[in-house]
Amino acid sequence: MSSSSLTVLDARAVDRTLRRMADQILELNAGTDRLVIVGIQRRGVQLADRIVRIIAAQEGTEVASGALDITLYRDDLQTVGPRPVVGSTSLPWTLEDQRVVIVDDVLYTGRTVRAAMDELADFGRPSRIALAVLIDRGGRELPIHADIVGRKVDVTPGDRVDVLVEDLDGRDEVVIVSRQDGR
Amino acid sequence: MAGPLGKDLLGLEPLSAAQIRLILDTAVPFREISERAIKKVPTLRGATIVNLFFEASTRTRISFEFAEKRLSADTVNVAAQGSSVSKGETLVDTARNLEAMKIDMVVIRHMASGAARFLAERIESNVINAGDGTNEHPTQGLLDLLTMRDRFGDLTGRRICIVGDVLHSRVARSNIWGLTKLGAEVAVCGPRSLLPNAVESLGVTVFDRIEAAIEWADALNVLRLQLERMQAGYIPSLREYNRVFGVTSARLEKAPRDLVILHPGPMNRGVEIDSDVADGPHAVILDQVTNGVAVRMAVLYLLAGGRPELAEAAKRGGA
Amino acid sequence: MTDSGTRDVVLRGGRIVDPSQGLDAVGDVLLRDGRVAACGGSLGTPDGADVFDVTGLVVAPGLIDVHIHLREPGREDVETVATGAHSAVAGGFTAVCAMPNTKPVTDNQAVVGFVKRQGEAAGFARVYPYGAISVGQKGETLAEFAEMVQAGAVAFSDDGKPVESAQLMRTALEYARAFNVPIAEHCEDMTLARGGSMNEGHMSAKLGLKGIPAEAEEIYVIRDILLAKRTGGHIHLCHLSTKGSVELVRWGKERGINVTAEVCSHHISLTEAAVDGYNTNAKMNPPLRTAEDVEALQQGLADGTIDLLVTDHAPHHYDEKEREFADAPNGIVGLETALGVNCTWLLHRGVMTLPQMIDAMSCKPARVFHLPGGTLATGHPADVTVFDPDARWTVEPARFRSKGRNTPYGGHELVGQARLTLVGGRVVYRAP
Repeated sequence: MSSSSLTVLDARAVDRTLRRMADQILELNAGTDRLVIVGIQRRGVQLADRIVRIIAAQEGTEVASGALDITLYRDDLQTVGPRPVVGSTSLPWTLEDQRVVIVDDVLYTGRTVRAAMDELADFGRPSRIALAVLIDRGGRELPIHADIVGRKVDVTPGDRVDVLVEDLDGRDEVVIVSRQDGR
Repeated sequence: MAGPLGKDLLGLEPLSAAQIRLILDTAVPFREISERAIKKVPTLRGATIVNLFFEASTRTRISFEFAEKRLSADTVNVAAQGSSVSKGETLVDTARNLEAMKIDMVVIRHMASGAARFLAERIESNVINAGDGTNEHPTQGLLDLLTMRDRFGDLTGRRICIVGDVLHSRVARSNIWGLTKLGAEVAVCGPRSLLPNAVESLGVTVFDRIEAAIEWADALNVLRLQLERMQAGYIPSLREYNRVFGVTSARLEKAPRDLVILHPGPMNRGVEIDSDVADGPHAVILDQVTNGVAVRMAVLYLLAGGRPELAEAAKRGGA
Repeated sequence: MTDSGTRDVVLRGGRIVDPSQGLDAVGDVLLRDGRVAACGGSLGTPDGADVFDVTGLVVAPGLIDVHIHLREPGREDVETVATGAHSAVAGGFTAVCAMPNTKPVTDNQAVVGFVKRQGEAAGFARVYPYGAISVGQKGETLAEFAEMVQAGAVAFSDDGKPVESAQLMRTALEYARAFNVPIAEHCEDMTLARGGSMNEGHMSAKLGLKGIPAEAEEIYVIRDILLAKRTGGHIHLCHLSTKGSVELVRWGKERGINVTAEVCSHHISLTEAAVDGYNTNAKMNPPLRTAEDVEALQQGLADGTIDLLVTDHAPHHYDEKEREFADAPNGIVGLETALGVNCTWLLHRGVMTLPQMIDAMSCKPARVFHLPGGTLATGHPADVTVFDPDARWTVEPARFRSKGRNTPYGGHELVGQARLTLVGGRVVYRAP
């Protein structure tokens, strides 16, 4: 079983992309008013933190942020085998009238985002929820769409898109790993 | 086959240290759910759980009920009175009847040691032991472990003394198994007539006097002393028990370090523990109760089995 | 049992081991008219005789189990005299003594006579009834020993329970002297044992079950030995299970006290570990104890402190055993596994020689309980057990002749099995 990997974004490209996404978020939101950036565990949380820092450096305001673990809201819990570890969820602020931007690393089938929206609904009623993802790899199984996309990639089913972040993996990089045919 | 804990939670003795840690780690995020406005996640939606209690127990049953409902499961409470059990139906038949109604999990409390295992060996549903005779009460043991871990960080090398009627206490035994597996040093303290004769063979030290235990320990888990023990002649009187073994503030003041005081409840104030201790800064009794719901949610979550043959399909799906 | 009119039987070429005659040699045995006509050497074949080639097998005086429970009268659903007697011969036993804790209790000559006649009618092993020591086994008043002996009782016991009153035990020992029968005691101090369902020790601490300490047995052992000393009566101690008990019996015998003792096959082979997992098929009274106790009991057999091997065969209904551990009744069956267990743990591990083992399973039971048999000397009843001490077999409870299936040996491989059992010169069991 051999595989080949292709780097789609290196560290500098990741940084540039995140800056652009932060700009787009501010544009979408017309500023930082009532903005809440919520990252999805795990790597969405790191990316959300980075965006928050970029916005803080740019606008001088620390935007509200939080982390969401969607494990308990997955629609495939009964079939996923050994129980996935449940990470932490922290949304200490009320979400009433807030404008939430969900941040995740890869958008694929859309099921994670659906679970995230179900979970947010149990916390309150934001006035709007938008979605920002670093990578959109297509292959949607639900009618979910990202408002802000860092980069769109074309992959074949069976390929993996790995997002690595400095805090967890030691470096920033986006890699496509494809399996060699026939193995 | 089944998840990381197997099909059932019958006790802490059969678990490995890794499994115990998994349950404790899993309980932490579940605590947060109980702090939300909407204290519910859809995780066990549609699962049917029966609370089969042959012994009356308000607090444990309610704790399990909250855990089950907060995971969106459907719960049914069966008490020994007012069901076919009181007419003398055997445990086997009760189990089979429940299974025929296609339930997913049974939480059982029973007066016979080994009853939970007996049930688990005969039905396919997950079985959770909520206390069987004088054998084990694993979820209580787990919530005690979590509470202690919160205070100490790591339990390795920590000195925990269990005080009271260890002979009749399933809570004590689950604590002993859990703590020894996680590397703690465990001792027991109580009148010898209320300690199992072979208690040292379980890997614990014995203190005959509470003062010595307080001197040694980082935490005391104080067990409830039941009135029946005096009536059965194991000890002469409750008053004497308090005089010799009671956890009082006067005794705690002499402790060389700040002891953490646990109690599984309900408390006999003035017998095994004085009110000012129970209500004082050392006691973590209410934390135990909070942790109880989280631990039980974690256990239910980890037991509700996955079906691995569909896991492959799920993996192909992904996020 | 009319044995005349049966054909002669020749058992050809087996290894005849009869400790009562000091005999251990290959040879033939001739049985005629229900008695041993000749034993040893090379015998011819009388006209019309049935000849069994038993080369390579052991030919022993019929095995006798002086401690079993038949559930008739009262619980015929669990075992009858007939099914129990059949189970006995399938295990190689030619005679058994049935304990009196039936329903109604065997405490009068009518029930004694009934049990005896049921045994005769069944036509398998000889069945010798015990009578109860006290009326209803209530431990209050003495039962009618003379009447019961007349009806066929061979010994008295309140087994299942101890005789709690030392005064009553004393009286029983004194009164029994007139009839030259043993008084057999189930040694258990009920105040220490109450509520217990297994040995008190590490395993009971581990499983959270109330245990029965060894002292519960030993206290009654020494009590009864002292009463036997006082009264000159014969005390026979049932199913000893502890090291301490063995030491106390040794003490008694050293002083010439008329005490005899028995041990069950399960107590010389299994420990309390067999209970792990709340296995009710390993639950009996007295309970399985520690490896140290097993060793002491084995040693006691080897040096003669313990006289006999028994089974305490105690069948129970499947439903009764299929219960929470503390609620399940005590007892396991044993007639069809005893020979295998004894050979595996005693013979093949060098604890006892073959003559010693047969002595403890046949000759001594006959002597201690004054029963016919226990010897292949000429003129004595033709009760013979032919077995293969090296046969390997796996225990399948579903194939027992007993109605009871409650055994801890299910699925175990044992070495040693009965091949042919003859009672009064008739073949009553032949291994398939």
